[in-house]
Amino acid sequence: MNWENCISPAVNSIAPSGIRKFFDIAAEMDDVISLGVGEPDFVTPWSIRESCVYGLEQGYTSYTANRGLMELRQEIVQLHKNRYNLDYSAAQDVLVTVGVSEGLDLAMRAIIAPGDEVLIPEPCYVSYKACVILAGGVPVAVPAKIENEFRITPAELEEYLTPKTKALLIGYPNNPTGAVMRRADLLAIADFAEKQDLIVISDEIYGDLTYGNEEHICFAALPHMKDRTILLNGFSKAYAMTGWRIGYALANPIVIAAMTKVHQYTMLCAPITAQVAAIEALRHGEKYMKKMVSEYDKRRHLIYDGLTKIGFECFEPKGAFYIFPSVRSIGYSSELFAEELLMSERIALVPGNAFGDCGEGYVRCSYATSISNISEALARIENFVKHHKK
Amino acid sequence: MRELLELLEHDARRPVSELASMLHRSEYEVDQQIQQLEKDKVILNYSTLINWEKFGDDTVTSIIEVNVTPQREVGFDAIAERIYRFDEVRTVYLMSGSFDLLVIIEGKSLRDVANFVAMRLSTIEGVTTTRSHFMLKPYKKDGVIINDKERDHRLVVSP
Repeated sequence: MNWENCISPAVNSIAPSGIRKFFDIAAEMDDVISLGVGEPDFVTPWSIRESCVYGLEQGYTSYTANRGLMELRQEIVQLHKNRYNLDYSAAQDVLVTVGVSEGLDLAMRAIIAPGDEVLIPEPCYVSYKACVILAGGVPVAVPAKIENEFRITPAELEEYLTPKTKALLIGYPNNPTGAVMRRADLLAIADFAEKQDLIVISDEIYGDLTYGNEEHICFAALPHMKDRTILLNGFSKAYAMTGWRIGYALANPIVIAAMTKVHQYTMLCAPITAQVAAIEALRHGEKYMKKMVSEYDKRRHLIYDGLTKIGFECFEPKGAFYIFPSVRSIGYSSELFAEELLMSERIALVPGNAFGDCGEGYVRCSYATSISNISEALARIENFVKHHKK
Repeated sequence: MRELLELLEHDARRPVSELASMLHRSEYEVDQQIQQLEKDKVILNYSTLINWEKFGDDTVTSIIEVNVTPQREVGFDAIAERIYRFDEVRTVYLMSGSFDLLVIIEGKSLRDVANFVAMRLSTIEGVTTTRSHFMLKPYKKDGVIINDKERDHRLVVSP
């Protein structure tokens, strides 16, 4: 059978993740220090793990309601009430998903008609574009600029607006740049979305990870934005629960019902073990989360200082756990830098173009790794630059 | 200041330059603060947590519950001092509950510790009873898990 001809055109049209190649090389090497990992280096706090073990002992091994355990949905609703004064209904406005990844896929499949365009500020998380294509839509990249601290403006979005534009997909704090959008920035975006009548999908998975005086602004909590926003969030980053695969969507009941329809026929429900653990995370996990955030903050300062001293043009990240230095200034393309650094200094990081064309000339370094690893990595990078500057 | 102390408590060998970077302050400022904290005896010393068993030492640790008769004016303090001045004594706490002082002793052998309790500790004036417990296996000390089997299972590169 000629399988090459049997693969769906939509799947064929998406490129495999640019991260893959580096993973394959780095995985074969010894003594690699990795700044390439997009997940916390902490393990899930013990109280959360222990609650899952207890749940298993109590026989929590079944399916749950498609939308997720009612107790968990209530905790999610309560969190958004307490933190952002948002009123969602646990019965109608919440869907517990298998991570934000599934939430994103469901949102796209629920809203996109063939040919609909979705504006996506780049650099951005690797699956945004792919999810839009797989749902039959057309992703439209809107490049963000380092001069503007990788934030996006309505004027920039407007340039890419067409009659087919249906939605705007944003993710702040941002992976890979560490950028955040302040209230004023988001208010301008909200105003634009309202005028153009766009759906806004807001991926806020890094919302708990902001530093210094930056406060996370929930897009749905802006005036008139709740009804227009599909809010996606989860437990992976804030509670170090990446492998549990658990997240949620909050939105208007009609879109949640549509997403639930897809979810019930594809996933049925999120794993009950992860749902039980997520309840514990929301009830008692905040203190562990805050401790991790304060740890990331110290690492952030260390890596920002270090990279700046070496001479990289670098934007000081305000959220998530990534820093996105420019390697163009030392004469490299993203991939060449990542490759040569890996080969000669055994440091793994991710070339910026994996996150969109405008990420070319940058690399993503994750500081979700120990202080000693960061210090050692900085020393090796400095050594590399000394000998390889072009 | 608290953050600085927490960092040092976790790893006292961090260079000042690194501490300054993490705390977003100047090296001079951090250095001054450390000196002041040492002077004020907020920082008492810099020690190292060692797994002596792994090194090959067979020391004996005994945790002793001590009941004492408190003395007028000085309460428990005078007796506590007579106990904690001994080099063999690692730790002394005044406790609430069914005994007064918790004393932790380290010796080279069982006989060593037994001798100390019998000859030194229980003969101190004001000590009424002692109950010794021998430590069999340490699992966690000062927040550090002794034999931590958790490993980093993450992929080298992920989105």
